[in-house]
Amino acid sequence: MFAQKMSRRGFLKSGAAFGGALVVGAGAGGKIASASAAGILESDFVRVSSEGVVTVVVKHVEAGQGPATGLATLVAEEMNADWEKVEAVFAPADASRYANLFWGAQGTGGSTAIANSFMQYRKAGAFALARLRAAAAKKWKTAPENIRAENGVLLFGEKRAGFGEMAKDAGGIAEPQTPPELKKPGEFSYIGREGLPRKDLAGKTTGRAKYAMDYRPENLLHAVVLRSPKFGGVLKGFSSARAREVRGFAGAAAIPSGVAVYAETPWAAIKARREIQAEWDFSRAEKRSSEHILSDFQKTLTQPGNIARNDGDAEAALRGAAKTVAADYTFPFLAHAPMEPLNCVIQFRGGKATLWDGCQIPTFVQNSVAGVFGIAPENVSVVSLFAGGTFGRRATPSCDYQTEAAHALKQSPAPNRPLKLLWTREDDIRGGYYRPMFAHNVRAGISAEGNIAGWSHKIAGKSIIAGTAFAETMMKNGVDHTSVEGAANLPYSAADIFVDVRNTETAVPVLWWRSVGHTHTAFAVETMADMLAESAGADAVDFRLRHLRGHPRHSEVLRRAAEAANWGGKTKPGRFRGVAVHESFNSFVAQVAEISLDKNGAIKTEHVWCAVDCGIAVNPGIVRAQMESGIGYGLGAAMRNQIALKEGGEVLQTNFPDYEPLRMRDMPAVTTVIVNSGEPPTGAGEPGVPPIAPALANAIYAATGKRLTHLPLAANGAKFA
Amino acid sequence: MTAFIVNGKEVSVEADADTPLLWVLREELGLTGVKFGCGVAACGACTVYFNGKPARSCVLPLAALEGANITTIEGANGRETKAVQTAWRELQVPQCGWCQSGQIMSAAALLAETPRPGDSDIDAKMSGNVCRCATYNYIRAAIRRAADILEG
Repeated sequence: MFAQKMSRRGFLKSGAAFGGALVVGAGAGGKIASASAAGILESDFVRVSSEGVVTVVVKHVEAGQGPATGLATLVAEEMNADWEKVEAVFAPADASRYANLFWGAQGTGGSTAIANSFMQYRKAGAFALARLRAAAAKKWKTAPENIRAENGVLLFGEKRAGFGEMAKDAGGIAEPQTPPELKKPGEFSYIGREGLPRKDLAGKTTGRAKYAMDYRPENLLHAVVLRSPKFGGVLKGFSSARAREVRGFAGAAAIPSGVAVYAETPWAAIKARREIQAEWDFSRAEKRSSEHILSDFQKTLTQPGNIARNDGDAEAALRGAAKTVAADYTFPFLAHAPMEPLNCVIQFRGGKATLWDGCQIPTFVQNSVAGVFGIAPENVSVVSLFAGGTFGRRATPSCDYQTEAAHALKQSPAPNRPLKLLWTREDDIRGGYYRPMFAHNVRAGISAEGNIAGWSHKIAGKSIIAGTAFAETMMKNGVDHTSVEGAANLPYSAADIFVDVRNTETAVPVLWWRSVGHTHTAFAVETMADMLAESAGADAVDFRLRHLRGHPRHSEVLRRAAEAANWGGKTKPGRFRGVAVHESFNSFVAQVAEISLDKNGAIKTEHVWCAVDCGIAVNPGIVRAQMESGIGYGLGAAMRNQIALKEGGEVLQTNFPDYEPLRMRDMPAVTTVIVNSGEPPTGAGEPGVPPIAPALANAIYAATGKRLTHLPLAANGAKFA
Repeated sequence: MTAFIVNGKEVSVEADADTPLLWVLREELGLTGVKFGCGVAACGACTVYFNGKPARSCVLPLAALEGANITTIEGANGRETKAVQTAWRELQVPQCGWCQSGQIMSAAALLAETPRPGDSDIDAKMSGNVCRCATYNYIRAAIRRAADILEG
């Protein structure tokens, strides 16, 4: 999500005491423990109980992308632990111990969980094992280097002891001064292993896994919020007279985001909200339709922008090109729509706040909630639970829903009772924080020799990070990195490249949506690459490879995806293909999409061949699952998803029936190839998304001769089965 | 007061007649394996068995429940459910997991009706269950694996 290290300024360290961690993993025998085994040997990241259970403290949110398993794998690897006896628990909010090492704040995003933790968690495992070996050496009167560890057992000659038997003694031994030596990649046994079971399978197949919405403390009060029907509207006043008729209604109060409606049950809160009569001041609200906004954005493309890249002289090169190709692109607002609608539980007692939440950036939540109550951030605890998906939505820099919950609790008719704030699906679809709407214009030339001659890429859209804590490091000279990533670093060789961006305004709040800027830049770049290949009379793969000199990892994934798909070979009748390759979050992904056309011209995506280079694949099964997940997420959006504003500014869509998600019948077969790599691990959660939309559009062009450059495709000329 | 059976136990619930079963299960009975996803029967996360058949509990009002027999993921223990859960773990289906209770309930119901489902059966019976993590191919494969397990 966030591609760069962020500034340390703006978030404070928190010293919250350890507490409230919930076990997420299977303990011995696959049983779900209700509380983690008491650690005898303890560090910030690893605890070993007298039963030999190795508990890994996971600093990243588990939203399906697999960090609970991934970080446990890193510890288990260096400890030679028994995987059956490894469990994962979520860390408390405490950036002094659990910061994302790329950011300084505790947080999950930008596909960084494994990348930033790779050495840290391995070292933690190695230190724990070193202490166990030292304890065993003392007991068996030998040197620690004579003690081996295998599958959770310490061995010396005929002597053997489980980790648990040595845990107490090991707990009394200080961490060695010299960091223990880590394994060489050739010695890995868990890292890279196929079929290693995820740590969240038992809970997630029985209904027992606990998410924030499942947390039900005693005496819980519920709230939903009535928000402005137009973005930027401000509450003038309201009446709750009719809501008093609703059984269970407990009150209503004005808060900055609207009217908080309190009740004894979620259903009563939902019902009571329908009876609230509110008046809004729309003077500063967005009242344009999305078509209108988009047209305004497009108009700015002819005006000068903030320059993100300027190699040579793109305009001169275009004038001198043998042929030129140009295209206008538009991209709609998109809601993230994680399966678990947004929610959290908040409580305020004795000057301290506690949240139960599946959030991505606990450090920001501490700061934001502390601001509402006027307390220090270290007096805000965040108990992390499973997140039922997020895709970026649970990572607003403003902590929108947690801040809203804090305001709601502050105004609550019963502020001593814990409060659960619930967003319904309608709130989610209509609530903003969308993938921003963007307009692009791309012009590129081809020389007489068939090479790229001049590339001009103009972008217009609302900046995600302007005005946030990220702006200091991710915004330079008016260029929001997240608006141009994937465009400014165009990998194709050309001497003359120009990329610029205009930060256009709308009151619609925008946010990173799984793979962020790459969601639109990859589409523009990779469909343009196809147009140029055609213009040069070249094969789409050959043309790209020819222009990817100096980019061996792009080239390799492209070759591997093409090879897996038998690109250039015979396809079944009625099948057509498109290809795309893209780097995001330091990972490289190429995809070949194969579609069919039925007799009515309806398109179905039948198969996607995907090749990924994400460095060392710590959990290859999870990497493959993330590639498929990204393909499905990107495919559904490209096909038919958009959030549109009506004239006047209200959102047209309401819920899944008109923001139709990808379903079983839409899902193509997927074949994923993981490129063998000894490079440090990079991202997997997001990089599967960017290539699928352009690969699909390129396949549609191959099938129909229609070059679709406006998304979603179904609203702009494509018919899907 | 509405009396019905949940996971084999008699319950009686005092709430508005329009209260969806989903909220009764989650809030009154603590059965949080049943998930809220959309509230309009469009995603399947709240799927339970209503007199033995899969139903979306988010649109089943309390008024329709007198004497009904309800089974949730917590109480589903038929051989199909067990086979589906085993297959789900073997093939490592879940990602975020929020939809998976509903997916498992729908899959077990499909197998009870169609022991050897083909692709079109799976598309027909499973397309009402949304997974935003797009675990669909894993679900498809796990249904086939569960069918194998059931055949023994």
